[in-house]
Amino acid sequence: MSKPLDQITWQEIELGALLRKPGSAREYRVGDWRSQHPVWTKSRCIRCGVCWTVCPEPAIIQEPGGYFDMDPYYCKGCGTCARECVTGCITMVPEEE
Amino acid sequence: MLEIRFHGRGGQGAVTSVELLATAAIEEGKFAQGFPSFGPERRGAPVLAFLRIDDHHIRLRCKIANPDVILILDPSLIRIQKPAADLKPNGIIVLNTNKTLAEARQEYGLTHTLAVVDANQIAKQVLGVPITNTTMLGALLRATDCVQLDSLKGPLKERFGPMAAKNIAALEEAYKKTVVEEAKS
Amino acid sequence: MGHRKGMEVSIAVSHAVALARAEAIAAYPITPQTHIVEHLSSMVANGELEAEFVNVESEHSAMSACIGMSATGARTYTATSSQGLALMHEILFIASALRLPIVMTVANRALSGPLSIWNDHSDIMAAKDIGWIQIFVKNGQEAFDHTVMAFKIAENSKVLIPTIINMDGFILTHVVEAMEFVDQDLVDKFLPPYSPRHSLDPKSPVTMGAFAMPEIYTEVKMKHQVTLMDSQQVITSVWDEWAKLTGRAYQPVERYKADNASTLFLTMGCLGEVAELAVDELQAAGESVGLIELRLWRPFPFAELRAALAGANLVIICDRALSPGGAAPPVLAEVRSALYALSHRPQTLGYIVGLGGRDVSPESFKDIYAKARMEIAQGPSQEFYLYGVRG
Repeated sequence: MSKPLDQITWQEIELGALLRKPGSAREYRVGDWRSQHPVWTKSRCIRCGVCWTVCPEPAIIQEPGGYFDMDPYYCKGCGTCARECVTGCITMVPEEE
Repeated sequence: MLEIRFHGRGGQGAVTSVELLATAAIEEGKFAQGFPSFGPERRGAPVLAFLRIDDHHIRLRCKIANPDVILILDPSLIRIQKPAADLKPNGIIVLNTNKTLAEARQEYGLTHTLAVVDANQIAKQVLGVPITNTTMLGALLRATDCVQLDSLKGPLKERFGPMAAKNIAALEEAYKKTVVEEAKS
Repeated sequence: MGHRKGMEVSIAVSHAVALARAEAIAAYPITPQTHIVEHLSSMVANGELEAEFVNVESEHSAMSACIGMSATGARTYTATSSQGLALMHEILFIASALRLPIVMTVANRALSGPLSIWNDHSDIMAAKDIGWIQIFVKNGQEAFDHTVMAFKIAENSKVLIPTIINMDGFILTHVVEAMEFVDQDLVDKFLPPYSPRHSLDPKSPVTMGAFAMPEIYTEVKMKHQVTLMDSQQVITSVWDEWAKLTGRAYQPVERYKADNASTLFLTMGCLGEVAELAVDELQAAGESVGLIELRLWRPFPFAELRAALAGANLVIICDRALSPGGAAPPVLAEVRSALYALSHRPQTLGYIVGLGGRDVSPESFKDIYAKARMEIAQGPSQEFYLYGVRG
């Protein structure tokens, strides 16, 4: 988004409030909603990708070695990955620690 | 302005009649309104249809309360609707009946100028069905000069296509057989 | 240039839609709108009109389909009435918010209950805030003319707002009367093909109908409000262009024998013609009375209305709908609101007439005139009156 929402004037509203740029929802930093985040213990990770599959956001990224990590821009800290992890290698850690 | 009210039953073609007449009057360069008594359409129920003809645009948009002419497609309606009750004193009644003028006057207590014709008989003979709306137009043309017969032919052809010829024949037959008598003073 | 013909007004409206070369129609039949869409459907089936006719199972779907079709850039039309308009309700706001120039005829009819298929304006008055342009017509000729013109107004790039033509159910829809028809050439010159400013096109994707955060919703509504109010300029210029082509001129607020009249009636729709007859008779009897006919309901023509009413002592506003429990019936409420800013404003009295198909004759207006004068002389006993109510 070119301008923060709360600075757009009524004159700048697009016709029919339509969005011309596809994929604009990607700009929402839902990572700000997070109060905890997943931490992978690589020694126990079998790189099966279940965490990647169950993540409700595109917030888990696979690194070159095949291991996974979170994308801080999108991870809301929901904990689904930790709950579903086959080997239990993901721990949810509070943000402030 | 000439105001004509049709009294018929749902399915007898009163609405078609006023539409044909309105269209014909407009073809003649006049102005007209043809419209039904608004409501659900129910076969057999007493219905009204309205026709106004004038030399200029008609702005009146309500029912006809005091008609100049009433046309009764079905004489059994006279006792139900009392159609002549609000007819203008110099108004005309056009009635489909197999009775003579004198019999009709006596039977229904009609005092206005009266035109009668046995349209059922003509319709059965010419059209093969007892639908009298177009036949009765012949009686109306005989009793009034609301439109010219020739200007009705176009709308009849548009409406009935190949059946128009028979309808025109029935209309012309009724025109010949209609008997008119001035009001009894 | 054109030709004069007698025809049922509904059929004439469907011809106007065909002359406008509507490309997409979705509709559900409802009395007294039925003849319009029935005839359009047969024109499409017979190949006389090259358009997509989508049969739907409800008016909610009809308007939804219209939105989809209009969003692809097709010239889109529908018609409805009463319960049908009510069933469309939530979708009507979306059509206007998406700025899709759909044209719709509303054959005005009472809302149930009790069940009534007859005329009044309660259907459109319940939908006055949908963000559409709303125009009233008073006879068949106007219904025909405004149907063609509505496309040009709605599709103007400065407008792009869906438009409703209100025509009184039965009283107009079901009457056969004389109308001047225009030729296809004239309509083609007047109304160029719709060129949408945006449409659903995979080559150039856009998102329509995204949600709006509280930070932006107000700005979106402001934009719509300003565009709708500004559309009046386009509306009158389209009407002026039509007048040059056909000789038939229309104004947002029309005056009938209103010069120097001390009392003015105000009507909408075909009540106007009946009131004209009453004004003729009252003036002939020496009364100082005239008539204001409000054609443009949305956007509300504040300036023109104030100018038209300012010189009168009394304005008798005739509504064809009730606003139960409200301050006033809809037209009365808005007219009073428009007059409030004037330092010298006429008195206003409201009469609700013709509900649920009750006949309104010139005598009704003459009677209302007499009653209103008496009320004013004695000091009005009520804010508004349900004319002719028994008991």
